[in-house]
Amino acid sequence: MMGPDTAGGIGSLPPHDDAMETLVLTPSDHSDPLLFPSPSPPPPPPPPPPLYPISPTSSPSSSSFLDPPSYADVVFSPFDSPNSAAGARAGDDDGGGASSLRRGGSGGCGGGGGAAEYLWIEVTDPQKEQDPAAASAASLVSGSGSTYVSYLVASAGRDGSERRVRRRFRDFVTLADRLAEAYRGFFVPPRPDKSVVESQVMQKSEFVELRRAALERYLRRLAAHPVIARSDELRVFLQAQGKLPLPATTDVASRMLDGVAKLPGQLFGEAPAGYAAAPQDVVQPAKGGRDLLRIFKELKQSVAYDWGGVKPLVVEEDKEFLERKEKILDLEQQLTTTSQQAEALVKAQQDIGETMGELGLAFIKLAKFETEEAIFDSQRARAADTKCVATAAVKASRLYRELNAQTVKHLDTLHEYLGLMLAVSNAFSDRASALLTVQTLMSDLSSLHARAEKLEAASSKIFGGDRTRLRKVEELRETIRATEDAKSCAIREYERIKI
Amino acid sequence: MISTERSPFGPSGQNPRSPSENPFLTISVTDPVKLGNSVQSYISYRVITKTNLPEFEDSEKIVIRRYSDFEWLHDRLAEKYKGFFIPPLPEKSTVEKFRFSAEFIETRRQALDMFINRVASHPELRKSEDLKIFLQEDEEKMERIRTLEIGYFKKKPADLIQIFKDVGSKVSDVVLGKEKPMEESTPEYEKLKHYIFELEDHLAEAQKQAFRLVKRHRELGQSLSDFGKAIKLLGSCEGDSLGKVFSELGSKSELLSIKLQKEAHNLLMNFEEPLKDYVRAVQSIKATMADRANAFRQQCELAETVKLKMINIEKLALMHSEKHGEAEMEYKELKAESEEATRRFENIVKLMNEELVRFQEQKTADMGLAFHEFAKGQAKLANDIADAWRNILPKLEACSSSS
Repeated sequence: MMGPDTAGGIGSLPPHDDAMETLVLTPSDHSDPLLFPSPSPPPPPPPPPPLYPISPTSSPSSSSFLDPPSYADVVFSPFDSPNSAAGARAGDDDGGGASSLRRGGSGGCGGGGGAAEYLWIEVTDPQKEQDPAAASAASLVSGSGSTYVSYLVASAGRDGSERRVRRRFRDFVTLADRLAEAYRGFFVPPRPDKSVVESQVMQKSEFVELRRAALERYLRRLAAHPVIARSDELRVFLQAQGKLPLPATTDVASRMLDGVAKLPGQLFGEAPAGYAAAPQDVVQPAKGGRDLLRIFKELKQSVAYDWGGVKPLVVEEDKEFLERKEKILDLEQQLTTTSQQAEALVKAQQDIGETMGELGLAFIKLAKFETEEAIFDSQRARAADTKCVATAAVKASRLYRELNAQTVKHLDTLHEYLGLMLAVSNAFSDRASALLTVQTLMSDLSSLHARAEKLEAASSKIFGGDRTRLRKVEELRETIRATEDAKSCAIREYERIKI
Repeated sequence: MISTERSPFGPSGQNPRSPSENPFLTISVTDPVKLGNSVQSYISYRVITKTNLPEFEDSEKIVIRRYSDFEWLHDRLAEKYKGFFIPPLPEKSTVEKFRFSAEFIETRRQALDMFINRVASHPELRKSEDLKIFLQEDEEKMERIRTLEIGYFKKKPADLIQIFKDVGSKVSDVVLGKEKPMEESTPEYEKLKHYIFELEDHLAEAQKQAFRLVKRHRELGQSLSDFGKAIKLLGSCEGDSLGKVFSELGSKSELLSIKLQKEAHNLLMNFEEPLKDYVRAVQSIKATMADRANAFRQQCELAETVKLKMINIEKLALMHSEKHGEAEMEYKELKAESEEATRRFENIVKLMNEELVRFQEQKTADMGLAFHEFAKGQAKLANDIADAWRNILPKLEACSSSS
C-alpha cells in the first residue's frame, strides 16, 4: 500500500512561490574555524527564508531519513567570495585540501629568507595606446593598426618608495629574455604566453583582463625569487620611467640572417688567423646567437659525442646532480598527470552542477504545469512536492558552481608548478649547452695545438725558416691564446651554472 | 530499495485459506538467471506467490517466468479490460549488448515486480483468469499458451476485420465527402487529452535529466578516483611528511569516488526508475485513450448505420416490398449492436474517470517516495563529502604551517 492519501501531510510545507528567483542561502554555519582562517566579514545577505527540511510527505518506509538540523549543516553558507580584487593581495584563502600546495600565499612578495626586496607589485589599468613611430609599418604587418595595450605597473621598494611606470607586453617579453640570458642555470619563472590565437578568439576585455592578471602574477613571482628580485633588469623594469632601457630582443629571423652574412667571412676571410671565438660570446649558448659557425661546431661536437662515444674531456660528474635531475623529471611527469586529472575533475564537477540545474528546471516546469491543470487535490500535492525538489536541485546546482570555482582556484597551483617545471628544464638545458660549449672549445684547442706543433716541426726542418710560415705560427699561437681564454671563460660560466 | 510487497496483515506462512482472514496476495519477482544457449539466451525470473485467497490452488506457489510471459499477461489484460489503466511493463530491449548488463537486469526485475503487484492490487484486474494462469501454471503449459498468442500476426482475426472496417469507413467517408472521422470533443475530454500529452513531455524531459544526473555522478566518481591516484603518485615524489599528506588526500579522493558510485546506483534505482515508470504509466493511459476513441467511433458509426437503416425501412414500408420483414430484423440486430457499442463506450468513460482519480493518488505517493529518496541520498552524499574533507583539514593545516 503506497501510503494513505497525502492531503493531510502537505499542509506543513510552507509556500515557497516566488523565492525561486531570489534563492538565498542561509549563512547559518560559521562555526567552523578551519574553513575561514582569514577574518573576512561575510557579506550580509538579505533576510533569508528559514531553511526548511524536505518533510516526508507520505511515505512510511523512511526509517533513517536525516533530521532537519543536519540539512542546515550541509548547506552552510559557503563561499563568501573573498573579495576578488583585493583578495589576491590580502591573506590566503587557504580553505580546501590542495592549499598546502601553495606555500607562502599568493599576495605577498616575501621571497625565502631576508627582507623582501619589493613589498608589493600591482599591474592595473590597461589602456589602449598608439605607437607613433612604427605607425605605417606596423599597420601593414599586423593589420590591427599600431595600437597596443599598456599596463600600469606599480611597485614599492624595500625602502617604501613607490614607483609607477607604464609598460606594454613587448616590454615584458624583453625583460624575460634579458633575465633568461643573465641568469642561466637559475630557475627563472616563465612569463605569460604571447598567445596570438587566443587574443583573436576571446573578447577583447576578457583577454586583457586575463593577461593583466597573468602579468601581475609573473612579476610577483619574479620578486619572490631570492636572486632575481635583486637583479638590475627587474629594477630597471619597475622603476625607469618612459621607454624601457633594456636592449630589445631581435627576433630569430634577423639573427639568422646576421649569422648567415658573417659565415662566409668567417670561413674564408679570417682563415689564416684561425677562428677564435671571442670570450664574451662564449658565455651565451651558441644556439640563440648570431654565430652560425659556432652552432655548427657545437653540433659536430655533440654528434661526435653521441655516436663515437668519445669521452668528453669534462664530463657531467656530479652524481648527486644526476640523481636530483632524475627526481625532478619524475616530479614533472607526475605533475603533468595530476594536472590532467585535475582538469578532468573540474569538468566533471561542472557537468554535474549543470545537470542538476537542468533537472531542477525540468521539475519546475512540471510543477507549474501540474498546478495549472490540477483537477484533483492529489495533483496539487504532488506539484508542491515537485516544486520543493526542484528548488533544492537548483540550489544544489548553484552550490556546485561555486565549489567548482573554488576548486579551480586551488588546483591552479598545480598548473603554476607545471610552469615552473618548464623553467627548470630550461635551466637544465642551459647547463647542458654550457657544457657542450666547453667541450667544443677544448677539442678545438687540442686540434689547434696539434696544428701548431706540426707547423713548428715543419718550419724547423726548412732551413732559414719561411717568413710566411713563421707568421703563420705566430698567428696560430695567438689564436691558441685567444681560444684558451675563451675556454677558461666557458669553464667559469659552466661552473657558475652548476650552482 | 523500494519493495512493493504488501505486508501481510494476517500471520504469514501456512495459515488455512479461509476468506474470513484478511485476504492477501503477495507476489515477488526475484532471482534472475540466464538460460538458454548463446544465440537464444534469455533471463528467467522466479515468481513467488503467497496467498490465502480461495481462487488459488496453493497457498504458496513458485513458478519460473520470462519477460515474454509478462508481456503475454499484459496484452491479455489490455484486450479484456478496456477502460482500465493497465500497469506498464518495462521496455523490450533492442540493443543486444545491453540486454545482460547487471544494471539492466536489476531495473527490469524491479519493474516487473512492480507490474505484477500493481495488477494484484487492482480491484478489478486481480480477478482476471489470465493472472491466475500466469501465477500458477507450470512452465511448459505457460510456454504453450504464450506461443499460441504470438503468431506471425499478433492481432486476432476479429481485430483484423475491425481494421478493414475502419479503413473501409474512412474511405467511404472521404468519398462521400464527410469530414474526418468522429472524435469525441467535449471540453473536459479535450482538457484531459491535452493534459496527458503535455504531462508526458514534461515527464520525459525530467526523466532524461535524471538519467543524465546518474551518469554525471558516475563520471565525477571516476575522475575523483583518477585524481586521487595521480595525487598519490605526486606525493611519492615529495619528502616524507608532505608525501604522507598527499597520499591521504589521494585516499580520501578514492574513498569519495566509491561513495559517488554507490549514490549513482541509488539514484538510478530509486529516483530515475520511478520517473521512467511514471512515463510508462502515462503512455498506458494514452493506450486507454486510444481504446476510448475506438469505442466512440464504433458507437457513432453504428448509430449512423441504424439511422440509415431506419430510413431504408420506411422507404420499404412505403413500397410494400417483401424485403421489409428482413430489413426490420436486420434493423433490430443493428439497434442492439449500437446499444452495445454505446454501453461499451460509456463504460470506458466511467472507468477512465475512476482510474484517473486512482492514478493521480498513486502517482503522488510514488513520486513523494522517489523525491524523498532523492533528497535523502543527495544530502547523505553531500554530508559524507563534507565530512571527508573536513577530517583531512587538520592534517593539511599542520603540514602547511610546519613547512
